[in-house]
Amino acid sequence: MKIKYTIFILLLSLLGFTKSYSIQPDIFVQSTVNKASSVLSSEMSLEKKISELKLIAKETVDIKGIGFYTLGSARKNLNDEQKKKYAELFEEYFLKSFSSRLAEYTNPEISVEGKNVLSEKYTIVNSLLKGTNERPEIKIDWRIYTKNPDNPLIRDLIIEGLSLARTQKEEFQSILNSNEGNIEVLFKTLKEFSKE
Amino acid sequence: MIKKVAIILITTLALTVNVSASSDGELLLKKNEPSEVKDCFEGLNRATFAFNQVLDGVIFKPVASVYRKLPSPVKSGVSNSLDNLSNLVTIPNNLLQGDFMLAGLNTGRFLINSTVGILGLVDVAQHLGMSEYVKEDYGQSLAKAGVGPGCYIVLPVLGPSTARDTVASATNFLGGDAWYNVTVKNDTHYFRDIDYYSSKVTGGINFRAKNYDSIENLQKNSIDFYASVKSLYLQDRQQKILNSEKIVNTQDDSDWEEIDSK
Repeated sequence: MKIKYTIFILLLSLLGFTKSYSIQPDIFVQSTVNKASSVLSSEMSLEKKISELKLIAKETVDIKGIGFYTLGSARKNLNDEQKKKYAELFEEYFLKSFSSRLAEYTNPEISVEGKNVLSEKYTIVNSLLKGTNERPEIKIDWRIYTKNPDNPLIRDLIIEGLSLARTQKEEFQSILNSNEGNIEVLFKTLKEFSKE
Repeated sequence: MIKKVAIILITTLALTVNVSASSDGELLLKKNEPSEVKDCFEGLNRATFAFNQVLDGVIFKPVASVYRKLPSPVKSGVSNSLDNLSNLVTIPNNLLQGDFMLAGLNTGRFLINSTVGILGLVDVAQHLGMSEYVKEDYGQSLAKAGVGPGCYIVLPVLGPSTARDTVASATNFLGGDAWYNVTVKNDTHYFRDIDYYSSKVTGGINFRAKNYDSIENLQKNSIDFYASVKSLYLQDRQQKILNSEKIVNTQDDSDWEEIDSK
């Protein structure tokens, strides 16, 4: 009986121990923002800053998931080889676009203001980008994928209510529509963007 | 006058394909869903968009780049004045949408800011604790009445719109905007036409300056800038029509579900 009880207690402690590793989405966002801010405010060269930001993005953003979401219904028509190629091209495109967008800011001050748990899988973290003399304060919401609480990932940035993932999706859709759904044209466009 | 408004309303109904009397939130959301809005005149729209970009590069962008360097109190004064004037369109639309309390509140806001706030330069109402000002227009009122957006349209100089919103905005020139009435339509001896047009141009520059970095960034990082602007405009309209601060269907979860299950 005593052994059983001890095992039970041990199991409970282990469960508690495991749980203690889960990262709260708001803390995750604040720490991601802090990492990016320290890169942006550092004395590094622009190239170095961009490569550091790319590393942060690889760790914290669900790039593959966003890529397939962005493709919309067209992803259903891709074969495995095309899927693989798309995932690679999208990652390159995303990292370039993401890092060059962020690199424009010298010292962004973002404060996390709250969070809204939508479901087990998603939490929206609310934050504010502090205004400057040239730019008003901007509300940024982060859609965090929390299916694996130990490894939360960013799936969307909603700036003043406008979703970047959704904008990207409609942009890709427009390219496909203008080219009779030819995925090769999208591949070519992504490749050209990443090479620029 | 009533005849003119009736013509506009009928034209709107003809232009929009999905008319219904319901103003149910979900239906509103679905009707104004950006991916559902058809780009019926894409070729022409893209040409107009290209023209607007040239115009932006020649006029709006250079002026906005100087304007944004002005001291904050000057810019916020201009912003406040423009917001204050927009109350003259917001209030009738509050009434059209049945928000009588809000119409009263915005009337109070307009009176306080126009007098104590020195012609709207200072947002005294906000300092007095009034709720945040939310603009309304005739397009939003038509949407609330169940009129669908119709086709996506890019207007020369004015930029993105929809068939519904374009037709609805004509109401401003048919007596629906008191500021237009006292400046252009009627000779009141107090204001001139130039007051109206300069307020509109200043509004455009103010918008461009506020979004200067975002627009530059978006343009630089878009693979189809036209499609990005269209998406952002339609998302913004959807949010304004629903008067919702919460994230409205920002992502189609069924798409994510499918990705997750793989």
